[in-house]
Amino acid sequence: MRVAVAIERVEKRFGSLLALAGVSLQIAEGEFFGLLGPNGAGKTTLISCLAGLSRPDAGKLMVMGHDVLSDYRSARRLLGVVPQELVFDPFFSVRETLRIQSGYFGIRHNEDWIDEILANLDLTAKADTNMRRLSGGMKRRVLVAQALVHKPPVIVLDEPTAGVDVELRQGLWQFVRRLNRDGHTVILTTHYLEEAEALCGRIAMLKQGRVVALDTTSNLLARFAGHTLTLRLAPAASLPAMLSARATQSESTWTFPLGNLGEIEPLLTAVREAGCVIDDLRLTQTDLEDVFLGVMQSSDRRKESAP
Amino acid sequence: MISGFQTLLYKEVLRFWKVNFQTIAAPVLTAMLYLMIFSHVLEAHVQVHGVAYTSFLVPGLVMMSALQNAFANSSSSLIQSKVTGSVIFVLLPPISYVEFFLAYVVAAMLRGLMVALGVLLVTIWFAVPTFVAPLWILTFLVLGGGTMGALGMIAGIWADKFDQLAGFQNFLIMPLTMLSGVFYSLHSLPEFWQQVSRFNPVFYMIDGFRFGFFGVSDVPPENSLAVVGMSFLLVSAATLALLRSGYKLRS
Repeated sequence: MRVAVAIERVEKRFGSLLALAGVSLQIAEGEFFGLLGPNGAGKTTLISCLAGLSRPDAGKLMVMGHDVLSDYRSARRLLGVVPQELVFDPFFSVRETLRIQSGYFGIRHNEDWIDEILANLDLTAKADTNMRRLSGGMKRRVLVAQALVHKPPVIVLDEPTAGVDVELRQGLWQFVRRLNRDGHTVILTTHYLEEAEALCGRIAMLKQGRVVALDTTSNLLARFAGHTLTLRLAPAASLPAMLSARATQSESTWTFPLGNLGEIEPLLTAVREAGCVIDDLRLTQTDLEDVFLGVMQSSDRRKESAP
Repeated sequence: MISGFQTLLYKEVLRFWKVNFQTIAAPVLTAMLYLMIFSHVLEAHVQVHGVAYTSFLVPGLVMMSALQNAFANSSSSLIQSKVTGSVIFVLLPPISYVEFFLAYVVAAMLRGLMVALGVLLVTIWFAVPTFVAPLWILTFLVLGGGTMGALGMIAGIWADKFDQLAGFQNFLIMPLTMLSGVFYSLHSLPEFWQQVSRFNPVFYMIDGFRFGFFGVSDVPPENSLAVVGMSFLLVSAATLALLRSGYKLRS
């Protein structure tokens, strides 16, 4: 399998803020890759470095084997980026925007492909409408279309569904899935964890400029066991340390990862013996959100225990 | 095949052409108002270089409008796309910084040329111009427009907000163009101000340009060409250095 994107020990500093603290990643051709992390984790900075919008202070980034700085022409031709901000050029219609964007990549007669993208993104009826008169969701679709005019083998979507209605989100994912099936490598950053869980084959979790987890989605889910037990305890209750060490806490709600369902009974017994009153109880299958919270908290703990 | 440069140039021209009422018609009207007022007041009283005042004024107004609009074109295009974020569309494609520079500067020159043509056309009504040396006219128009277009790029890249750009325009470009001998011959100024004017590159742009119309000027046109040519090269080099470093465009 060829490498679509190679990121090697990339560092980026903004003043005293270390936005990327030595990130290394390899993404294979044809992957649907998720880049997850809280705000300020460095996801957008990493994508900016990949797209040549930011220059890394150290390290190296390559798109399909082409260095994004020394061989930027090839690298940029092979990369399509859907930016996070809802930006547009108010002077032009949708079709003009896409024609101009094609020209920037050296493509003159691109009408057939433009028509196809427009149809796939449900934009055909708006082709001759000025960008200014489009709704937010429509503008978002045009941004996707703009990233695709040059048929890039690697597509980066930086939170493309932030503030987009459900219907468009579904349509967009269908289209991106199809692109991925057709062989495009897709890199996605998102806040919607269920989206990453449903779409991404492999996931990297970023925190404060570092990769804190990198694995296939199924391994990540397995790592945090099959089920979780969530207990809401009466406010006054305090769990003994032996129990609280196993759980992640959010106010009076405690979440226990379970290796197997047989662990439930001893756990409940221990809670009862500690004198805690259970207000509510829920048994759920682990989803990416649990994994995410678990990874973020355990990376916190590791940092606290560091000298 | 089409190059990124060609498309960016086309986009920049289309951008100002789509709003030509503001970008071409408005400056033509402004120049016409200057001409109407000054010629009405001064025509009977003043001659410069042996030329009637209105005729003297026309080339200066043409050039001043061209220069101001060349500056306005590249600077406003860049600041707008920076403020709205759409600058990303020209930063993501494989366009080199030299292509980037050329596209913005040539578009600025073209806007300057169109405004110049517009002003010239409406002023025929006041004074039929003579064209003693058309090649000088064109040379100064192209080099002057290019210098101002490049300067506009620097201002547009540097400014983060519209009011910073307005400051650049009001406190640098306006004084430089208004105090450049558009409305008077250098020789009518007191000695001190004559010396000050000789440090203003825009003075040479206007003076050389006017030479093309009348065949007379305050300084020899070859000297003006040297100054204007050097200005163009210096400002271009500075702009290219900024673009190459990625200053404010690629963090």
